[in-house]
Amino acid sequence: MATTSVMGGAVRRREDPALIRGMGKYTDDFAPPGTLRVAFLRSPVARAKIIRLDTSRAKAMPGVVAVYTHDDVEHLGPLVAQVPVGKLRPLLAAGEVNHVGEAIAMVVAEDRYLAQDAVEAIEVDFDVLPAVVDLRKAASDEIIVHEELGTNVLHTWTYHGYWEALGLEDQTPLIDEAMQRPDAVVVSIDMVNQRLIPVAIEPRSVLAEYEPGYGRLTVTSSTQVPHALAGAIATQLGMHQRDVRVIAPEVGGGFGSKLNVYNDEILVSWASMQLGRPVKWTETRREAANSTIHGRGWVGTATLVGTRDGQFLGYKLEAIADMGAYSQNFTVAIPLLGLWIASGQYKMPTAFKVDCVVTNTMTTDAYRGAGRPEAIYYLERAIDAYAREIGMDPLEVREKNFWQPDEFPATMGCGFALDSGDYAAATRRLREISDYEELLRRRDQARAEGRLVGIGIGSYVEVCGFGPAILADIGFSWSAYGQPSAFNGSGLVRVNPDGTATVIIGTGPSGQGHKTTWAQIVSNGLGIPIENIRVHHGDTETSPMGIGTFGSRSIAVDGSATYEATQKVREKAAKIAAKLLEAAPEDIVFADGRAHVAGSPDRGVDWSEIAAAAYQAHKLPEGVDSGLEETIVWTPSNATWPFGTHLAMVEVDPETGNVEILEYYAVDDCGNQINPMIVNGQVHGGIAQGVGQALFEDAIYDEDGNLLTSSLVDYIIPTAADLPSFKLAHTVTPTPVNPMGVKGIGEAGTIGSAHTIVNAVVDALAPLGVKHVDMPLRPRRVWAAIQEARA
Amino acid sequence: MTVNGQPVTADVEPRTLLVHFLREHLRLTGTHVGCETGYCGACTVHVDGEPVKSCTMFAVQADGASVTTIEGLARDGQLHPVQEGFWERHGLQCGYCTPGMIMSSVALLDKNDRPTEEEIRHGIEGNLCRCTGYHNIVRAVEYAAARMRGEEPPAPDWEGGE
Repeated sequence: MATTSVMGGAVRRREDPALIRGMGKYTDDFAPPGTLRVAFLRSPVARAKIIRLDTSRAKAMPGVVAVYTHDDVEHLGPLVAQVPVGKLRPLLAAGEVNHVGEAIAMVVAEDRYLAQDAVEAIEVDFDVLPAVVDLRKAASDEIIVHEELGTNVLHTWTYHGYWEALGLEDQTPLIDEAMQRPDAVVVSIDMVNQRLIPVAIEPRSVLAEYEPGYGRLTVTSSTQVPHALAGAIATQLGMHQRDVRVIAPEVGGGFGSKLNVYNDEILVSWASMQLGRPVKWTETRREAANSTIHGRGWVGTATLVGTRDGQFLGYKLEAIADMGAYSQNFTVAIPLLGLWIASGQYKMPTAFKVDCVVTNTMTTDAYRGAGRPEAIYYLERAIDAYAREIGMDPLEVREKNFWQPDEFPATMGCGFALDSGDYAAATRRLREISDYEELLRRRDQARAEGRLVGIGIGSYVEVCGFGPAILADIGFSWSAYGQPSAFNGSGLVRVNPDGTATVIIGTGPSGQGHKTTWAQIVSNGLGIPIENIRVHHGDTETSPMGIGTFGSRSIAVDGSATYEATQKVREKAAKIAAKLLEAAPEDIVFADGRAHVAGSPDRGVDWSEIAAAAYQAHKLPEGVDSGLEETIVWTPSNATWPFGTHLAMVEVDPETGNVEILEYYAVDDCGNQINPMIVNGQVHGGIAQGVGQALFEDAIYDEDGNLLTSSLVDYIIPTAADLPSFKLAHTVTPTPVNPMGVKGIGEAGTIGSAHTIVNAVVDALAPLGVKHVDMPLRPRRVWAAIQEARA
Repeated sequence: MTVNGQPVTADVEPRTLLVHFLREHLRLTGTHVGCETGYCGACTVHVDGEPVKSCTMFAVQADGASVTTIEGLARDGQLHPVQEGFWERHGLQCGYCTPGMIMSSVALLDKNDRPTEEEIRHGIEGNLCRCTGYHNIVRAVEYAAARMRGEEPPAPDWEGGE
């Protein structure tokens, strides 16, 4: 695969000069003259019939332009969703509410303070019904949330069943057989992978501007998926896609939460069309907690069976996953992502059964990792328990069961083939950078001194850069949003007559540095200096058809499209330069912003001359069309499968239960790297979110469905003082499925870290006999585990 | 009040928060709102030289004060060393917490020009970042501290270096 030198440069980000000077523009920074502001009345109760809703007092307040309820928007139907399994969300509550935070009424007013005042003036009476929050209780159907569905269990994901179309066989009999072997060691742990709130620091915001004269709607939104949102708005409002433009300006973090299309985005768009004025809504932090999607939320049992000498014989995961009250974008499909990587880096029969159940809580959907951190957590915790049971080193037991480099592409039980990997190379590197033997010695010495110090290992494989297109046929298409497929990426490369290059991509980043990485790709291909290249994204009217930035997909898919477009521009430019220089196209070399004849650097032309000639037909070689611009829409033949192994060393304070991370090492392999600085940054942030889940974060609903963690005081994300510096290294195993050999890195850190921390804490407590503590490992919970073990 | 060296006079509702005054009346949108509860720090500005979370203060409370926002930090087109550090050491991703984080870091270095890693971490713990895991923010502040002392900053720690 082609991998060349400019790839791999830690180029400073092109995004930063605006952002560090406070000159970046986020959605809420836009305020066209006459913009109306929106506030929502949201349900304070988890489950109730609405028996009276009176907006008359609110409507009469000065500065209030409109107050809308379900009756006004019923004709638009429920919020469109990609995977319409379950009950879809009404745009505004339809006579009942099913979770705290559900939008009941929408106020549009001249300013945000007045809108909020009017919300307070809406009168609503509820007939409160019993809510169901506990997952096992929900799965029992003792209380059915949506009676018309007849059950709370929306779907059950297994390897067989849904996958029979792919010719897969249920591997459960193999595992059951293994359990009967005389030398079988079986470990089984019940675990909670708790519900989380994504907490992008920028609250979601949407501004809609309808121009009645032109019949055109422009929506600026803090979204990861501008094209998908434009399609969804058009679909929901019965408009043509040509008439809807979505702009995603700077987006202040997403982590999956802005991959959804939300009812507020539809309602604000619709209101702007009703009123003929710009309308804007920006969520409060409380709304970000109770009405932007949540992630995770599994309870389940992981069972690993192996021999006494460390050979895995099979693995079973049975879990219940929380869907929340309504299905939105991918909701029910999220556990499927876990299914694909449930067997991790290991070759063994695997069975997977996850029930998707409804509760009276906010919808769950994709949060960084989306199904994969959950599945990997269960697997890797079970492996740790098994290693402890047979008295084998946890790194060694993993290495013993890895797929070997010569087995790739390796077809797993789920039917997918791992593209490429050298899993033991990553653990060898981890041993080196951590000086593993020395760490073990330090731990043992600390233990001898009576301290609770532990080392945790966590491996992972993940799946990203989604393809092949067959996935579109099993629920992952974007057809509900009027999109053809989830698996295309796009890139447009244009060389301007002044020799600079314009690059336009169909993604919608939220901090991943696309303006820099993509400039590197194009600079590498054309020899145009990076500072002469500008990358645009996030405007559906100017960019080629795309989807967005999620699932660690942009570099593998849209990056490949841009790479291919660059190659096409290069081929054409070589022909033009060859004519200008009276040489053969194959002898043209591009470097330092110009083209020259190989071996004769003096015989050259600047890109500006090539580009100028490209627009003057009489200067073109025969058979070459005018212009110097190429667009590629690219579809992957397979997903990519990044992997790695992490190590944490922690110390637990026996008096308080506080966990301190002493060391954190990570070796990740995302294939070739274009910008190692950006890759490291993605891993750092990913680890922080995994550590957040392991130690702090917990979206807690009480049994009546009240969200107890709706502010950042109650929902604790890590601060700088909670985390150590991370020690990172990488191995490089290029993927064969795309031209640059790149895999994606956005979610890897999160998928690799939560279990690493928990494994370390359990190792620290192992001398006391503690075998498992559920996340988050807050001091009180750890302290209680210590007390219980000692008692 | 004075904002970034310019005198500013306005009549506002008593309940107008300082951050809304800066953003919506003065159109200084570099100061961000992340939580409205004083917890995330995205709205950090300097009031009379001290870092303040501008969502916890009414505009009228800043009557007569000297306010510096992120837009006022660079002088004569020259980035402040902390801004430079964030750029050089990849101390930002989405950029949303960045203005507040930079303002807190500047305040930290004003008081302590040779902070340890632990002092940096505690100095910015009132500012939440969800993208970076803080690793490179700490490196950015270390870079700036070295620059402000006239020393060579530590080398970056990603593979391949600069």
